[in-house]
Amino acid sequence: MDFQLSEEQIAIQDMARSFAENEMMPYVEEWDEKKIFPVDTLRAAADLGLGGIYSDPDYGGSGLGRLDSVVIFEELAAACPSTAAFLSIHNMASWMVSQFASDTLKSKYLPDMLSMNKIASYCLTEPGSGSDAAALRSTAELDGDEYVLNGSKAFISGAGRSDVYVVMVRTGDEGPKGISCVIVENGTEGLSFGAQERKMGWNSQPTAQVQFDNCRIPVSNRVGNEGDGFKIAMAGLDGGRLNIAACSIGAARASITATIQYMNERKQFGKPLAAFQALQFRLADMATELDAARLMLHRGATSLDNKIPEATKHCAMAKRFATDVGFNVVNEALQLHGGYGYLRDFPLERYLRDLRVHQILEGTNEIMRVIIARAMLQE
Amino acid sequence: MLTEEQQLIQDMARNFANDILKPKAVEREENHEIEESVRRQLAELGFLGMTIDPEWDGAGADYVSYALALMEVAAGDGAVSTMLSVHNAPFLAILDKFASDAQKEKWMKPAARGEFIGCFALTEAHAGSDASALRTRAVKTDGGYIINGSKQFISSARIGGATILFAVTDPEAGKKGLSAFYARNDIKGFNIAGVEEKMGQMASDTCALQFDDMFLPDENLIGKEGQGYGIALSSLETGRIGIASQSVGMAQAAFDYALAYSKERTSFGKPIFEHQAVQFRLADADTKLEAARQLILHAARMKDAGIPCLREAAMAKLFASEIAEEVCSAAIQTLGGYGYLREYPVEKIYRDVRICQIYEGTSDIQKIIIARQMA
Ligand SMILES: Cc1cc2nc3c(=O)[nH]c(=O)nc-3n(C[C@H](O)[C@H](O)[C@H](O)COP(=O)(O)OP(=O)(O)OC[C@H]3O[C@@H](n4cnc5c(N)ncnc54)[C@H](O)[C@@H]3O)c2cc1C
Ligand SMILES: Cc1cc2nc3c(=O)[nH]c(=O)nc-3n(C[C@H](O)[C@H](O)[C@H](O)COP(=O)(O)OP(=O)(O)OC[C@H]3O[C@@H](n4cnc5c(N)ncnc54)[C@H](O)[C@@H]3O)c2cc1C
Repeated sequence: MDFQLSEEQIAIQDMARSFAENEMMPYVEEWDEKKIFPVDTLRAAADLGLGGIYSDPDYGGSGLGRLDSVVIFEELAAACPSTAAFLSIHNMASWMVSQFASDTLKSKYLPDMLSMNKIASYCLTEPGSGSDAAALRSTAELDGDEYVLNGSKAFISGAGRSDVYVVMVRTGDEGPKGISCVIVENGTEGLSFGAQERKMGWNSQPTAQVQFDNCRIPVSNRVGNEGDGFKIAMAGLDGGRLNIAACSIGAARASITATIQYMNERKQFGKPLAAFQALQFRLADMATELDAARLMLHRGATSLDNKIPEATKHCAMAKRFATDVGFNVVNEALQLHGGYGYLRDFPLERYLRDLRVHQILEGTNEIMRVIIARAMLQE
Repeated sequence: MLTEEQQLIQDMARNFANDILKPKAVEREENHEIEESVRRQLAELGFLGMTIDPEWDGAGADYVSYALALMEVAAGDGAVSTMLSVHNAPFLAILDKFASDAQKEKWMKPAARGEFIGCFALTEAHAGSDASALRTRAVKTDGGYIINGSKQFISSARIGGATILFAVTDPEAGKKGLSAFYARNDIKGFNIAGVEEKMGQMASDTCALQFDDMFLPDENLIGKEGQGYGIALSSLETGRIGIASQSVGMAQAAFDYALAYSKERTSFGKPIFEHQAVQFRLADADTKLEAARQLILHAARMKDAGIPCLREAAMAKLFASEIAEEVCSAAIQTLGGYGYLREYPVEKIYRDVRICQIYEGTSDIQKIIIARQMA
């Protein structure tokens, strides 16, 4: 067992870190405050190959692994978890096309998606079905060589701004086997968007409902076979969950760095905060737990890279643990900054607001436990 | 086991919170302001001088009633509860205990009638947990003092009418060199240097103050020169009962919302309340809230009985503010993605309640106080 990143991975990490520091860090506060979706920054990231990190190199993907991917997302999230998380969603949606679509469909969309010339959204959740995603009700009815889509999707990251929507719809019976995955382009007649949601955090990316009202798309826009949609969506989420976990870890790491500096500089009762044992121990716990989370994440990524049977369980464990630990670490860091932690002038409260949703989306942490327990009890 | 009067006050507060505070909580947050009419209505209810004797135009209620009222107000809008809490204690509590009769006549009466909002200015940029390290200077001059320096994080200073502030009168004497003063917020030299942008409690203005050659006459000294540190700490029992009550009030509101939601929202063919994970989390939250409420009422009853309750008030503040965050976070989780949206009340309550572990002494400081009682 080797706990060191390879030389190549270290080079990738350096690249992502310097991108985060130079292209993101200077703007993150403004993105949050003014709710700016930094499309140019995302495209600049794509120029470095981050639009399709583990997608097919024949179509412009980087062909890297999941471990490489989580290393990258940790770095980006150290600057802005919200923007990094959006990039993760784009990667997830593009990879589903890369992995499961026909060559014709790949030729049609993938190069533009991987360069982020076309930005992609992942559309699974509906107003009435979140955790129980397989109960989704949006339909695609076959009409000649077209599907006619009706229904609505809730909480779609990028909605309104994305160019390509990778959508899970019902083409058959109730349950997961009646679901298919299709691509809908922005501008298609019958496709519309709800008002932008106002959120606690994740302000650098839009979230809105996506509505289909007799929206017609060619049957050839289906990704994979009819009835495979749910499987494809869940396969996407395995990787998505790792990346979201990495986003929590990145922000938590940045919070610890900020806290170490603050504890050394800030004095109360005639000594630096760093001199109080209770605070030292808290810092030690934060670092220990963060390390455990990162190790678990890297294990999950390796499991997925090696396609071992426990990969889904390992990804779920990593997502549950890392997003809980990440949030708690940031929360402790905020507390260690006293009243200043509560102010917008310091990054802690932004990290905290951003990270809260990682415990909810891509499957809530309760659903992670459902997955883990199910796997264990069936083993 | 509340008395009839305590119940009456609780009901009044609850109605006010539901009718007036809750419907406009989001608007207040967006405007970064508590509207003037809220002060007037709080005054009419007697909430702006709650524990002050009627002889001094207060409502003469006990501390249990005060805690109950604050809980309800906080359930309506956390930011309003901060304003209310600071005004009653430390602001009025200090005047009640340390002001001369003449000062009470002049300042405490109108404040207890709720004619203006009071502020408490202790914290400075370099002196937060360690309040004895103040640098703001009060230099004796003919007939009064000249004040220079700055204060950080002062609640309500922009909308408030007067402030009790702490300054160094004798730099050689350490803690014993601090004194307390009364200043109106509109006098020359009392400047608001900035209003902070915060994670939550946005309607409550948190100000940086700058005192530039601010003259205060001798009669604006509260107590004696050198008594300042003791005065600052004296009101902390009630102050902490106050913050603890705010915590429980906000968290109860988030809990109530989440509980109702869990019975309506379905997943996997049943109300999410039927999933044990959801139900057990709510059971834990309910238990924590009840325990916190009992700690608060216990401290308040001791206070009412005239028994020192430094330990109990610190415990109530520590426990209530910490479980309040947990309960609010559980409420967000119960709502799933909707919990993260502004359209639903719980994310705001979470942001609002987060401060309760920090102001009026952080959790660490409460532990120091509790530990000191054991030493
Ligand atoms: C900012 C944001 C961005 C998002 N982006 C996307 C996106 O791009 N694409 C997309 O498809 N979706 C997206 N989502 C949706 C997200 O994945 C869902 O919100 C999430 O899956 C939870 O679904 P829900 O909100 O309907 O909660 P519900 O399913 O209603 O759950 C409510 C609560 O009940 C619990 N619960 C439900 N079932 C069980 C059970 N069986 N056992 C125990 N507990 C249970 C949940 O854990 C949760 O605590 C986004 C959400 C947000 C907030
Ligand atoms: C919204 C808001 C409103 C406020 N309103 C008012 C007001 O109206 N009037 C007023 O005077 N002040 C007010 N404050 C200030 C508040 O009381 C202080 O922020 C608080 O006392 C903490 O001080 P600090 O921020 O300087 O943190 P610090 O004292 O710098 O503390 C930083 C961290 O170190 C820890 N720490 C400090 N000393 C020790 C120790 N000895 N042992 C172990 N740990 C320690 C703390 O617990 C904290 O986690 C307000 C603050 C905020 C954010």
